[in-house]
Amino acid sequence: MSTKVVDRSPLTFYERTYLPAILGGLKVTAKHFADTVFKGKSVTMQYPEERWVVPEGYRGAPYLVKDQDGATKCVSCQLCEFVCPPKAIRITPPGADGQPADRRNAEKMPKEFEINMLRCIFCGMCQEVCPEEAIFLQKDYSLTGESRTEMVFNKEKLLKLGGTHAGIQKWKHKLEEAEAQETFPVQTR
Amino acid sequence: MESLQYLSPTTQFVLFSALKILVVFGVVMTGVAYAVLVERKVSAWIQDRVGPNRTSPFFVDYIPVIGPFLVRLGIFQPMADGLKFMLKEDFTPNYVRKVYFWLAPAITVVPALMTVAVIPFGSTLGSEKMVIADLNVGILYTFGIVSLGVYGIVLAGYASNSKYPFLGGIRSSAQMISYEIAMGLSVVPIFLLSESLNLGDIVKYQADHGWMILKQPVAFVIFLIAAFAETNRLPFDLPESETELVGGYHTEYSSMKFALFFLGEYANMIASSAMMVTLFCGGWTLPGTLLSTPSASFLVGLLHIGVFLAKMAVFMVVFIWVRWMLPRFRYDQLMDIGWRRFIPVALANILLTAVVVAL
Amino acid sequence: MSAPAQPAPAPAPQAPPPVETMTVKVNGKTVQVPKTHPDWQGKPQPTTMLQAARCAGVDIPHYCYHDKLPVAGNCRMCLVEFGTPMMDPATRKPVLNEDGSPKIAKSVLPYEPGTPRGAIACATPISPGMEIYADSKATLQMREAVLESLLINHPLDCPICDQAGECKLQEYSVQHGQAGSRFVEAKVHKPKAVDLGPRIVLDDERCVLCTRCIRFSKDIAGDDALGIVNRGSYNTISAFETGKFDNNYTLNTVDLCPVGALTSKDFRFKMRVWFLKESKSVCTSCGTGCNITVGSREGVVHRYEPRENDAVNGPWMCDSGRLNYKWIGRADRLREVLVRGTRSTWSAALQDLTARLSKAPAGSVAVVASARQATEELYLLKKLAAKTGATTDSVAREGEADRLLVAADRNPNSNGARLTGISFTEAGIRIPEIAAAIEAGTVKTLVVFGEDVTKHGIPAATLAKLETLVVSDILPNATTALATHLLPGAAHAEKRGTFVNVKGRLQKFMKAVEAPGDARAEWEFLHELVHGVTGQNGYSTIEGLFNQMAREVPAFAGLEWAKIGDTGVDVKI
Repeated sequence: MSTKVVDRSPLTFYERTYLPAILGGLKVTAKHFADTVFKGKSVTMQYPEERWVVPEGYRGAPYLVKDQDGATKCVSCQLCEFVCPPKAIRITPPGADGQPADRRNAEKMPKEFEINMLRCIFCGMCQEVCPEEAIFLQKDYSLTGESRTEMVFNKEKLLKLGGTHAGIQKWKHKLEEAEAQETFPVQTR
Repeated sequence: MESLQYLSPTTQFVLFSALKILVVFGVVMTGVAYAVLVERKVSAWIQDRVGPNRTSPFFVDYIPVIGPFLVRLGIFQPMADGLKFMLKEDFTPNYVRKVYFWLAPAITVVPALMTVAVIPFGSTLGSEKMVIADLNVGILYTFGIVSLGVYGIVLAGYASNSKYPFLGGIRSSAQMISYEIAMGLSVVPIFLLSESLNLGDIVKYQADHGWMILKQPVAFVIFLIAAFAETNRLPFDLPESETELVGGYHTEYSSMKFALFFLGEYANMIASSAMMVTLFCGGWTLPGTLLSTPSASFLVGLLHIGVFLAKMAVFMVVFIWVRWMLPRFRYDQLMDIGWRRFIPVALANILLTAVVVAL
Repeated sequence: MSAPAQPAPAPAPQAPPPVETMTVKVNGKTVQVPKTHPDWQGKPQPTTMLQAARCAGVDIPHYCYHDKLPVAGNCRMCLVEFGTPMMDPATRKPVLNEDGSPKIAKSVLPYEPGTPRGAIACATPISPGMEIYADSKATLQMREAVLESLLINHPLDCPICDQAGECKLQEYSVQHGQAGSRFVEAKVHKPKAVDLGPRIVLDDERCVLCTRCIRFSKDIAGDDALGIVNRGSYNTISAFETGKFDNNYTLNTVDLCPVGALTSKDFRFKMRVWFLKESKSVCTSCGTGCNITVGSREGVVHRYEPRENDAVNGPWMCDSGRLNYKWIGRADRLREVLVRGTRSTWSAALQDLTARLSKAPAGSVAVVASARQATEELYLLKKLAAKTGATTDSVAREGEADRLLVAADRNPNSNGARLTGISFTEAGIRIPEIAAAIEAGTVKTLVVFGEDVTKHGIPAATLAKLETLVVSDILPNATTALATHLLPGAAHAEKRGTFVNVKGRLQKFMKAVEAPGDARAEWEFLHELVHGVTGQNGYSTIEGLFNQMAREVPAFAGLEWAKIGDTGVDVKI
């Protein structure tokens, strides 16, 4: 282990009067005072009026997105619910008789999708695990509400806040590919 | 004014004294409120922040141009602060010693206000002397009253029945005792020079012979530092020291009771500033001008008060500035400076002055 | 000195007949394996490489092979490289290495001796001295290639596939597959979400054509309903006639299907399998007592799956039993203790009942229990009846048996009721007797557990004549409506206990979910009641209760809760 002996020479008499420290303090504080008052160099932000510019890759609140055709991208695979460390996500699957997906071929979408923003820790695992690119941590960092229930965002709210994410439309491509093929030799239905 | 002449001297004395007390009390209280604002603003500026700039009561809209500027300065902040203190829940914890718990804030604030009584804050206004009580032993009165201030803090620490206030109270009493001695000793040379204990006479002496700050710089420095210690201001705020004792002696207090401690601290600052102005900086006089002698003119009388307040404001800003500049002393350093530096130096200063005066 | 008299040694347990074994090497490890293994019908057949590897603790991946189905050998997933001892063709003697060990000839392509030739482990019998290389480079390569081929037309729609999480295609892809696909052409698209039968949905794109479902339907269920139609890439599973795949065992094909091609309509899109808590239980729909795994999440039962038990149901169960779980979560479940129509507490109701039953003169009490209750509960009821001198019986429930699993007796615990003495050789024969006694006014208190007696011989008008009608049930019915004391009970998935099936197999079931509201397991409150009425002490845990019962009921002599095991034990009936 390497040790470094720090030089701690005894203070000189001048230093021991505290005067240099006091004068140094006066100088520093006076400079900051003057800079703030006369040059307007304050570092604070006037929050509600001035907003912080969120950097790229910021992990804000997770919202659901729609594809470019306006269809819900989530297919209710529930991987995000499974991976969510604080168990903030709760998905109600559609069941066999539930409403079919917004778009053809994707077969299903969640009946209800709830994120409890009070539980959410903004870790981004849901986004990482999502096989459908349906959930993204977006840039909202100031989430407020007047009750706990209000902070549980439902599917409708999440989709509205999430907006559109133009990505690969794999279900659409599959369908187009299937339709382009010659008709299947024997239709079983 | 004419009608007053027909009143008996006693009635006149009572009337004018009551008026002066009211006005001085009002000024000190306003001073406290705005001292808090200045504290917040200055600390903000020193730390590259903005400070309170939001409070805008409804009538601001009717003040053209300057209204928004006042809001930005936070001029209305003290009103909001006061309102907040009054509306907060006045919480008395279980297991506190209730009588002392309620008494302590009052005992803190009263001596701080009483000190102001002997300060000559102006020359004369008309024929009236601008001092509430023109005592011959003004300075002794001051020291007597100031020593009472510590009881509030010690009581608060004791009555709260909680470890942090208790430690704060103990620290406070030790600190007060130590620094009161140095403070008391530091002003002795002034009396040697001015040959009076009356603060009015001291001011007069300074007007004639120059400010004490120039004649007794050592005494001034000791007094200044001891004043910091007496008012529990940084770098001597060990009774409070948030980082160690949560809030020190006022940890268990809330609402108006807490506000009284707050008020006491700032009233003490004002009193200390007034004392320093009076003892070392010529009081209400301004050398080299008309303002150095009492005048019958009403306007000059007001100007004298203005001069006094301006000088006091300078000291207040110094108090505040130092708070945001220096770190807190360690307890042993605090005691070391008090007992082993200031007291010997103050004694030596007395001896030297006495010798010089005798010669 | 004579040797001290030795007690005669206990006769050794009858040793099973010696098994003929064969020595093979699996991954370089020498193992002795039996020469034969039972095939799907239980007949001994030469041991295959897959079975030998399993004996050595090595799992060879496979899709089409299944222990209880005829071997098809069409998925090729179990291809392994192997070698056999070299024979000198002239002398017919093994060729030896220099150190005396037999020389092994690895299987190679006859026309290309440098290339290893794999064999399907599921259908290749072992021979003495054979060496199986289940993790050699060539074997791994073969697996990877087979998987790549199987995945060529796979839609990769795991997010919407119910099989995800228990899919062999997923598992083997992770273990043996490659990350990317080299297939850049358009995939062949086949029909999706085909309605194969009333309970089955088929997704042809996901199918790997292992034919497990076809073999099961034909050979096990005896309903040759499925087959493969079309050729080449267009191979699809198809029912003989759409919607006609409707025998009572179709849902087993969903379990069998190693991929997500066959999915259950009932479980479709209901819950992802990785959320399900799996609790070992027993099916209550008939006397067979098929072993099941209850899949539940947060107090909601989502599915039953068969649990393999060769002594009872093998790996199968019938559709009717499998889908008979929805009543557990019904909204109208009894949740409150009611005493004469007003809500009460367990302690108040049980105290009241204890006082009443203790005071009841002998013969004034009758008990109608249910053979759907756990044996422990029937035992406690019998104790209660013995104390009060009550007539007891349970309700018979008969149906039609089939040739595979479904028993004619539709009560899961008729034998339990008989063995504990609640009912006699034939269940239900004393119910008319009880009804008559009520009419005659001799029986003033009737205790009914888990049955609607108005449908089984004691009409509501008769019940109205009773002073006290104690009813414990799970769902409301005509009898619970008349109860003076209503005690909400727990479903089998909400408690622990044992059943004795029609063949005398004692099996225990475990708790999967919590009972709703105030409802409690019957044995819990019966224990308190019996304790209060008889004044005897008892056990407040199911283990202690079972052990006590085993000491007192001759048929269970020598048994302990801990000895029952997951697959149960046979008791003499």
